[in-house]
Amino acid sequence: MMKLEAIIQPSRFESVKEALREIGIEGMTVTEVRGHGRQKGHTEVYRGREYTVDLLPKIKIEMVLPDPLVQRAVDTILKTAKTGKIGDGKIFLSRVDEAIRIRNDERGENAL
Amino acid sequence: MLVSAALVLMMTGPGLALFYGGLVRRKNTLAIMMQSFLLMALISVLWALVGYSLCFGGSGSIIGNFEHAFLRGVGAVPNPDYAGTIPQSTFMIYQLMFAIITPALITGATAERMKFSGTVLFLTLWFLVVYAPLAHMVWGKGGLLNAALGGRFPTLDFAGGTVVHISSGVSALVCALYMGKRTGFPKQPMPPHSLVLSFIGACLLWVGWFGFNAGSALSAGALATSAFVATHFATAAAAISWSAAEWIKNGRASALGAISGAVAGLVAITPAAGFVGPMPALAIGFIAGIVCYTMVTKVKSIFGYDDALDAFGVHGAGGTIGALLTGVFAQFAINPIFGDGKPVGGLDGHWSQLGNQLVGVLIAWGFALVGTLVLLKITDLITGIRVSEADEVEGLDITQHGEEAYNLEA
Repeated sequence: MMKLEAIIQPSRFESVKEALREIGIEGMTVTEVRGHGRQKGHTEVYRGREYTVDLLPKIKIEMVLPDPLVQRAVDTILKTAKTGKIGDGKIFLSRVDEAIRIRNDERGENAL
Repeated sequence: MLVSAALVLMMTGPGLALFYGGLVRRKNTLAIMMQSFLLMALISVLWALVGYSLCFGGSGSIIGNFEHAFLRGVGAVPNPDYAGTIPQSTFMIYQLMFAIITPALITGATAERMKFSGTVLFLTLWFLVVYAPLAHMVWGKGGLLNAALGGRFPTLDFAGGTVVHISSGVSALVCALYMGKRTGFPKQPMPPHSLVLSFIGACLLWVGWFGFNAGSALSAGALATSAFVATHFATAAAAISWSAAEWIKNGRASALGAISGAVAGLVAITPAAGFVGPMPALAIGFIAGIVCYTMVTKVKSIFGYDDALDAFGVHGAGGTIGALLTGVFAQFAINPIFGDGKPVGGLDGHWSQLGNQLVGVLIAWGFALVGTLVLLKITDLITGIRVSEADEVEGLDITQHGEEAYNLEA
């Protein structure tokens, strides 16, 4: 089992979600986050006071997937989330030790 | 008149409450709104008990008396000194709404760091010690500055440039200096948490202000119309001039700038509304937009005081410039307040009126400065003024009121 964490541009989210559903992935947790890699921010001015905002809004998608699905999920996200410009985001993969379904205590890949 | 009174109340709640509410950080939203709402209740009770009488009773030169305490003698019969065509009760309830919003304006300078208990005590005292004398001097029978009733230094103030805006604006400055800056100011960013709320508030202020200015004619007719028209054009011009100044300076016109400009225009036209024509109104608004923009952006940053929501920059400065320009542009053709054919302001050739305006402005400044300082000291000794640093960081909504404005997880 692997955890896939993808931070993407908010404008790409709908396409990514649809594409993932088409390859059979429906379970995910989505959060609105702020952050930046190398992308520059912008300046806001309120009554003469300037603020540099370098935390930019992104969408974070987290999924825990059985090993066979991981590569397909990564390829799908890469294809649909990419715009080619700085700020497209990143994908992180990590191993998951256990998954448990709360409703009926199922464990392992059956719980996914 | 009843509609006007309702409009002016609406200016405080929700007009000002939303305008200020949107400008503070999320953790302090309810606190600033609560302060306006508190005043809607508190000042009303005080007004009924002694406030109206202190402002409009008797014929003293500085303060009223207790002849109308508990609203004795205030009913259906008009009071010919003030408004001969409406019941005195109507006049009383209308004036109350002014007494409510004036202290509410001060909360803009003390925002995000004043104790609620301190607010209650301080504003109660301020209403009695600063507002009542000023209201009496400018509008009360026998008042030193009363232009309509033969005061010694007749100050033209149609709807409260001195009584409402200079008083609250200057007091706001004193409060800001006394309390000191918010923790983290100016390095830590403190942008408005919801300009949407501020926008709604500002629009309610613009519409409500017709009650404030046109209603000050105290009857429907030509003068009320003139005041309505002047109010509207000044506001429009000010919104444009502030926006233009921003566009030139920053390359972009902001929503906050536009609505702030409008409010500056509303403030500046307040003393002038029933004395000037539409063209001067445009000029007054245009000037106010530029002056207040400069006060809020340049002057504030030069001196470094934390007038959190620009109560001084907009109301203090706008009221002062408006009061002075009233002396310039007032005409007897609009309002023959000194008698038929008698010149009123500069455009009538009566330039000495500017001297009277200056006296009124200086007295308002003086009362506000001294009164506020003394009352702040007293309040500080009794309840304290400023919250602890820990409370300030956690936020006033939670620490002063035990609530959160937005429970988004619910």
